[in-house]
Amino acid sequence: MISLAGRDIMHAWGKFVFTGMGLGLLIGITLSMAGIYRGMVDDAKVLLDNSSADLWVVQKDTLGPYAEPSSIYDDTWRSIRGMPGVARTANVTYLTMQVRQGERDVRTMVTGVTAGESGTPGWPPYLVAGRQITRGHYEAVADIASGFALGDRLQIRRNHYTVVGLTRRMVSSGGDPMVFIPLKDAQEAQFLKDNDAIHQQQRRTAANPAFNRPQVPGLLDAVIASQSINPYVNAVLVQIESGHRAEDVAESIRRWKRLTVYTRSQMEEILVGKLIATAAKQIFMFLVILSVVSSAIVAFIIYTLTLGKIREIAVLKLIGTKNRTIVALIMQQSIALGVIGFVVGKITATLLMAPIFPKYVLLEPLDSIIGFFAVMVICILASIIAIRAALKVDPAEAIGG
Amino acid sequence: MMGKGILIEGLKKRYGSGDTAVDALKGVNMQVAPGEVVGLVGPSGSGKSTLLKALGAVIEPTGGRMTLGGEVIYDNGWKVKDLRALRRDKIGFIFQAPYLIPFLDVTDNVALLPMLAGIPNAEARKRAVELFKALDVEPRAKAMPSQLSGGEQQRVAIARGLVNRPPVILADEPTAPLDSERALAVIRMLNDMARKFETAIIVVTHDEKIIPTFKRIYHIRDGVTYEEAGEGRSFD
Repeated sequence: MISLAGRDIMHAWGKFVFTGMGLGLLIGITLSMAGIYRGMVDDAKVLLDNSSADLWVVQKDTLGPYAEPSSIYDDTWRSIRGMPGVARTANVTYLTMQVRQGERDVRTMVTGVTAGESGTPGWPPYLVAGRQITRGHYEAVADIASGFALGDRLQIRRNHYTVVGLTRRMVSSGGDPMVFIPLKDAQEAQFLKDNDAIHQQQRRTAANPAFNRPQVPGLLDAVIASQSINPYVNAVLVQIESGHRAEDVAESIRRWKRLTVYTRSQMEEILVGKLIATAAKQIFMFLVILSVVSSAIVAFIIYTLTLGKIREIAVLKLIGTKNRTIVALIMQQSIALGVIGFVVGKITATLLMAPIFPKYVLLEPLDSIIGFFAVMVICILASIIAIRAALKVDPAEAIGG
Repeated sequence: MMGKGILIEGLKKRYGSGDTAVDALKGVNMQVAPGEVVGLVGPSGSGKSTLLKALGAVIEPTGGRMTLGGEVIYDNGWKVKDLRALRRDKIGFIFQAPYLIPFLDVTDNVALLPMLAGIPNAEARKRAVELFKALDVEPRAKAMPSQLSGGEQQRVAIARGLVNRPPVILADEPTAPLDSERALAVIRMLNDMARKFETAIIVVTHDEKIIPTFKRIYHIRDGVTYEEAGEGRSFD
């Protein structure tokens, strides 16, 4: 038996290919949406992976340092370092802000890292060009996605930094490229006020009789001095000694230091389950809408193609064609349309759409396989209306009168 | 051999029920022998199409008896279970317009019927080509329907009606869109095929050009048929 669907497609291949391409663009957008979600999750995991930390010690009862603001004293690391099971500790600050370079500015996550050596928690684990930060001030390592190049001069708040190294896939959970600078500079960028504000504050403090008592010389100077230092960081990153369980060490820090501590799995839950949850729901809704629109388009196309063949279907039924042959004709065409659409969509998503999105788009093979089967199911379901119309055709319609 | 023609006795068809019931066929009697071509003529609303649909097993009569190729297919109820197979194997159809499947080439348009009956593709195509030789369309065997003239399309449609070698062919105004010359050529072809394949052919028509060519004509009026001897005029 010949394939009626195949013959019909070959006869009107242009119509099928162009319709399939239109559907393919929709499928491409759908796959890209899934890729954007995967990219967000991957960005979140990359952020955790690249911090080289086993534990995140943050301000008590906060979801910091990524999902909520967190401030802890910058000498907290010393007491944590001395606890059993702790191999290394490092202060870290994170601040998402615009970084200027010449005439342009780029949204980045400025990360303050402790001086040390490669492998220190918070440091970029590898570079693609240049070197790590070696000076205590005004050097930066930037993610290549920021567009900065070695030797570029960056302006962060009122200070200038020279890019000495470039790294790759170091991004915030929101996909912003990271710029690493020395911790002291980052603290200043995050907590220090501008000169006018400092001057204002000093004047107000001096005008306050509680701080400017004639009988207590030196009090005002002490208060002003305390206002000009910035003893805070966002978190302490902790590496665990081998042989110790992260949860045990975390529990010990929680108990003795009265700080909140997250393990890797808890931090992943915060990032994926809370920080990007709304965006993920948004993308899921887009996926649902796109799937419904794709279904409606396939249904409409197949229904229209079937209506155009009503007389032929009546003749086929009159001359003894089985219903299942007619069902196969319509369903195979619908599936063929889906296959063309999927191939076009996959190519479009991979080669055209993913590279132009500003954020990371991760097209997982498993998503493509699921997408393919989803498209097949959609096409089969979408052909039902057309099949019903075809099966209702009375073979008597082929006979005039 | 192609069987024993068609015999219709007291065939009735009623549409609706109660006060609104309409008797479209009120006891039709017909007999067409193998190799014979008869005309079925009548005005609009006379019951022609209803009779054709009942003979074609696409509507169910409400009474009477039909024998096709020696087999009783209807006797106050269908006597065959698979009407689709009955239409495919025992009844050939030729329509007013050729209604060829536009996405199949000429050969497969004809070979499709035997293929549907389970005959291997090669054998089905061989049968089609044999008919094309008889109908003089063999050179167009690989063409698509849209590439054929109206006359060629109608000949392919005739081949499709004959390809499963049915005992009866129902032709529904097969010459309506054709000029006199082509209309007569089609009727001549039907006569030749009827004789060659011993098929009984019923031609529904109100085409004045071809009515004189039938040796026997059934007139249908108000659901009743009347037989009349035709002129049986030569095609020359």
